[in-house]
Amino acid sequence: MRTLRMIAVGALLHAKQLSRSPFEIATALIVPVVQATLAVYLFRAGGEPGRLLEAAVGAGLMGVWSSVLFGSGGAIQNQRWQGTLEMIMLAPRPPALVVLPITLATALTGTYAMLATLAWGRLLYGIPLTFADPLAFAVAVPGCIIGLGMFGLLLASTFVLLRNANALTNTLEYPIWLVSGMLVPITALPGWTGPIAAVLPTTWGARAVREATTGSGPTWPSLGICLAISLACLALGAIMMTHVERRARAAATLALA
Amino acid sequence: MSEHAIEAVGLRRTYRSRTGWLRPQRREVEAVRGVDLTVDNGELFGLLGPNGAGKTTTIKLLNTLLIPTAGEARICGFDVVRQTREVRRRIGYVFGGDRGLYDRLSARDNLRYFAELYGVPGREQKRRIAELLDLVRLTGRESDRVEGYSRGMRQRLHIARGLLHRPRVLFLDEPSIGVDPVAARELRQTVADLAATGTTVLLTTHYMAEADELCGRIAVIANGTIQALGTPAELRHHADGRQVLEVEAYGVGDAKLAVIHALPGVREASVVVTGAAQVLTVQSDAGVDVQADVLRALDGVRLGRVTARQPTLEDAYVAIVNRVDAQARPVEAVAA
Repeated sequence: MRTLRMIAVGALLHAKQLSRSPFEIATALIVPVVQATLAVYLFRAGGEPGRLLEAAVGAGLMGVWSSVLFGSGGAIQNQRWQGTLEMIMLAPRPPALVVLPITLATALTGTYAMLATLAWGRLLYGIPLTFADPLAFAVAVPGCIIGLGMFGLLLASTFVLLRNANALTNTLEYPIWLVSGMLVPITALPGWTGPIAAVLPTTWGARAVREATTGSGPTWPSLGICLAISLACLALGAIMMTHVERRARAAATLALA
Repeated sequence: MSEHAIEAVGLRRTYRSRTGWLRPQRREVEAVRGVDLTVDNGELFGLLGPNGAGKTTTIKLLNTLLIPTAGEARICGFDVVRQTREVRRRIGYVFGGDRGLYDRLSARDNLRYFAELYGVPGREQKRRIAELLDLVRLTGRESDRVEGYSRGMRQRLHIARGLLHRPRVLFLDEPSIGVDPVAARELRQTVADLAATGTTVLLTTHYMAEADELCGRIAVIANGTIQALGTPAELRHHADGRQVLEVEAYGVGDAKLAVIHALPGVREASVVVTGAAQVLTVQSDAGVDVQADVLRALDGVRLGRVTARQPTLEDAYVAIVNRVDAQARPVEAVAA
């Protein structure tokens, strides 16, 4: 109970800290518009105007992924710059429990990216928000976001070790959403990307949300696989985090200098 | 309960770094080179030393943020490498400067978060936070965002954060750095009060007066090793047999300082800039009157007040540190 409260309080306060950053606010205002526009024109150019909602949802998921990725990498790096990484790592808790609220907070702020993208799509391009299964959509989105937050923990474990974590986040952003089929169907990608896509929780999360949006298939199996892989990532991330925290203490990378 | 709050034996730490990809250069710096010390329960212990002496590294080895390259350390009887969580339950860490807090959150939110992290029970949190805000005189400002706080207020919030879980050992790493004199005095009072309640404090500082006023024992660290250890009175003996001449001057260059340093009977000479003026401090053998020679060496330099006095703890510290400087700098190896 105390652990759950710590995670909840930590996630809320980190979300509060993130949502007050002028950079985050500017990004949150601009990026969804850009992503909604990108999605709409991409699908119109492809001669599939009937799939605009699917495009907007895909663009929203890209926003969630960016938030988790930059949140996990950026948040660890920000903690380092703020001098708080050492302070939180000094807590008498397993390191994974210390970092999990941060990645969950970034997933929470990512929810906004999804909602904002859909809202801008409706306002600017008149995309009708008619979901095939609204209930499944309402469950799939938070499920997918929580899953990505857990995946973020695995990513964050590498960022604790690397002083220049932002270099890694920049290179991971586009490949992952591309391979996961958030915007472009996986079937349109080369065959060798298939196995990579199959083990990424982002693929199954995106599929679940798309299925809820279009009714192209049952949402629950995809969401189940997304959460199962995410839980595995959480477990692996927790083990990695303990190992990485020890290495960071040996390599002196918790502080900037 | 262990007899000692802090024990370190042969503590060493080497930093290794690599730069470049095609022709990588590996660099090794031995920051701490065999530190032995014990601090008793309830003691207020000072660790003094110049920049780069190994003070912060020593503290980080003791508070589990760094793993020693060699040697052992125990806090309240628990090993800092093998029993990390037990150690962390018993320690608080406060460092000086602007960093280490969530700027866009209020003081209360910062304390709430760290209270959760450090396992302060939920039903106690509200009372404990109020108590600490009162102790560090931030009551009334607890809802303001930290980004609007002065350096002194941030420093006091740091201390409140470090005390949330009632640590038995508190590490204070240069807590008064950049703090104005009034705030520094308040800070010293807070630290003294803590020690009076039985908290063991390990304090690093550059300010001799602070160490002299607060610490029961002081270790002077330089070049990664402890050079002297004792009570302030014992440390003053390092300047025994010396006298000090202070000259207020305007425009003492390196060449003149070198000439003064070479005068017969002179042991140390240093210049500190205070506002527009410089203060030249010359330590000499007690039996040798160097004043006339020093003033002659300063010919052509505008001078102010000239004072002869007995050595202080600061003079003893300068004598200890300069003795080390005359030997070697931190060992640094570069390999291709």
